[in-house]
Amino acid sequence: MTMKRTEETMREEGRSGDREHRPNTRTTEVAGRSSGGVKSAEPVVTVENLSMYYGSFKALQDVNMRIDRNSVTALIGPSGCGKSTFIRSINRMHEIVPKARVEGKVILDGEDVYAPDVDPVRVRRKVGMVFQKPNPFPTMSIYDNVLAGIKLGGKRKKGELDEVVERTLRQAALWDEVKDKLKQGGTSLSGGQQQRLCIARTLAIEPEVILMDEPASALDPVSTQKIEDAMEDLKERYTVVIVTHNMQQAARISDYTGFFFIENMGDPGRLWEFDETSKMFSNPNRKETEDYVTGRFG
Amino acid sequence: MSSIHGNPSGYGRRKLMDRVMTTLAYLCAAAAIIPLTWIIVYVVIKGLGAWDAEFFTGLPQLFGDGGGVRNGIVGTLVIVGLATLMGVPIGVMAGIYLAEYGNNRFGTVVRFLADTMTGIPSIVVGIFAFGLIVVNTGGFSAFAGSVALALLMIPVITRTTEEIIRLVPDSIREASLGLGVSRWKTILRVVVPTALSGIVTGVLLAVARVAGETAPLILTILGTNFPISANIFDGPSTTLSLQIYQLGAQPSPEVVEVAWGAAMLLVLIVLGTSILARVIFRGQSVRGR
Repeated sequence: MTMKRTEETMREEGRSGDREHRPNTRTTEVAGRSSGGVKSAEPVVTVENLSMYYGSFKALQDVNMRIDRNSVTALIGPSGCGKSTFIRSINRMHEIVPKARVEGKVILDGEDVYAPDVDPVRVRRKVGMVFQKPNPFPTMSIYDNVLAGIKLGGKRKKGELDEVVERTLRQAALWDEVKDKLKQGGTSLSGGQQQRLCIARTLAIEPEVILMDEPASALDPVSTQKIEDAMEDLKERYTVVIVTHNMQQAARISDYTGFFFIENMGDPGRLWEFDETSKMFSNPNRKETEDYVTGRFG
Repeated sequence: MSSIHGNPSGYGRRKLMDRVMTTLAYLCAAAAIIPLTWIIVYVVIKGLGAWDAEFFTGLPQLFGDGGGVRNGIVGTLVIVGLATLMGVPIGVMAGIYLAEYGNNRFGTVVRFLADTMTGIPSIVVGIFAFGLIVVNTGGFSAFAGSVALALLMIPVITRTTEEIIRLVPDSIREASLGLGVSRWKTILRVVVPTALSGIVTGVLLAVARVAGETAPLILTILGTNFPISANIFDGPSTTLSLQIYQLGAQPSPEVVEVAWGAAMLLVLIVLGTSILARVIFRGQSVRGR
């Protein structure tokens, strides 16, 4: 493990050195970005030449991205340019859609999640997901909702269940609001509370990566604030990839930002630019990125 | 500038039309429930006189005071119970299959056959069970009757279960799959529980429905005025529905009154089942609200 890490770091440095000589490098190479960055540069997910199809329609083309451990990566861009499609390909959730298929590699902890012997169920236990609309299980109490992944996944740790519920609800900034009504139905909560419940539910399976698909788009500003606060703490233990349409949110919470864009109608979506958030929002390399983050279109 | 007062756009006429249509709709709704109420009231008036201790404990007496329908009550419980045991698992599981995996040619065929089976007259199902079981086992039996009733239940339960499960929002399935729960556990522990109130309601209605079936039973259990055969695989049996038909055709007014009593009991059982379904799942729908 140590060996591997050193190698990664060396490769990283090599690549970042390269980059200085070619300032106008394309996004695909930007993926190997400067290692003098925000945190340790150990990648947890590496996406290589990922293209995605729905039937014969190509939704996404040649995405390359490196997601560092314990970072928050925001994905921004106009609607319909493949952001949600992209994060679903990381935990193979796109497979629910008939005729969806993927080309390229998604490497999670050194293993390709699309290798033939990989069980998508196991991938999803390592890469949790929070959806756009809160979707707690309607037949379960708040308590059981949090534990659903543990109980239904067959990974049952005896005796620690109460502790898991309290810890994850605290991490999701929901504990104080629900600690006296854990036996009530999960759908009895408000929309913002339901979404935090869904976050707690995802944390309970202890994933390494948490994918969030516009988790706050259906929520009021107060709930959004609470979810953002929770994410600040989540970074300590998890890696977060979040799709958002809210530019301020991306700027506030993320370490890295990826901008997805479609140049011409009907083209597949591409990762147009990917860099540290501070750079993306102050001095991006590409004009479209700048136009988008400054609100000139989209 | 036009005023919002006055009547340039026919507001008065629109208001009148609104009243007329509302009243019409109200009357139609009332007309729809009149027959139901009428049937219940009429059956109770006619049948209440027959309800005494002997009605529940005795056997039919074609001569004399008419006796009771104990054998029919027991027979209904046995035959409908057996039909439920056979029909519900098959029907519910077929429905789950169609909803979750049935978007293929096989599913289309099964769905089409189920719809066709729903429309087959029950007497035809009865003669099928007669040919298949009664002829081959050498006699009428409660088992043959319950097979016929199960065949009538299965397509109804299959299609209601499928429809109800399809109502479960995909976001719930995604939530479960996204937590790394396998497909079969998602269906078994998340989708089916979410749809459970609807499935149980559908099952209870199907059970209530076949509890009133008569035609297929004439050909399979024959009917008897004696205690029903203790062996479900051999010997005639009877049910309340069959007794209404057979005792109601008797010349003696006392016997006909017993048939009315049986009709009242059957109506109350069916009504009770429907009410039970509502009470158990009061306020619950497929969204669990």
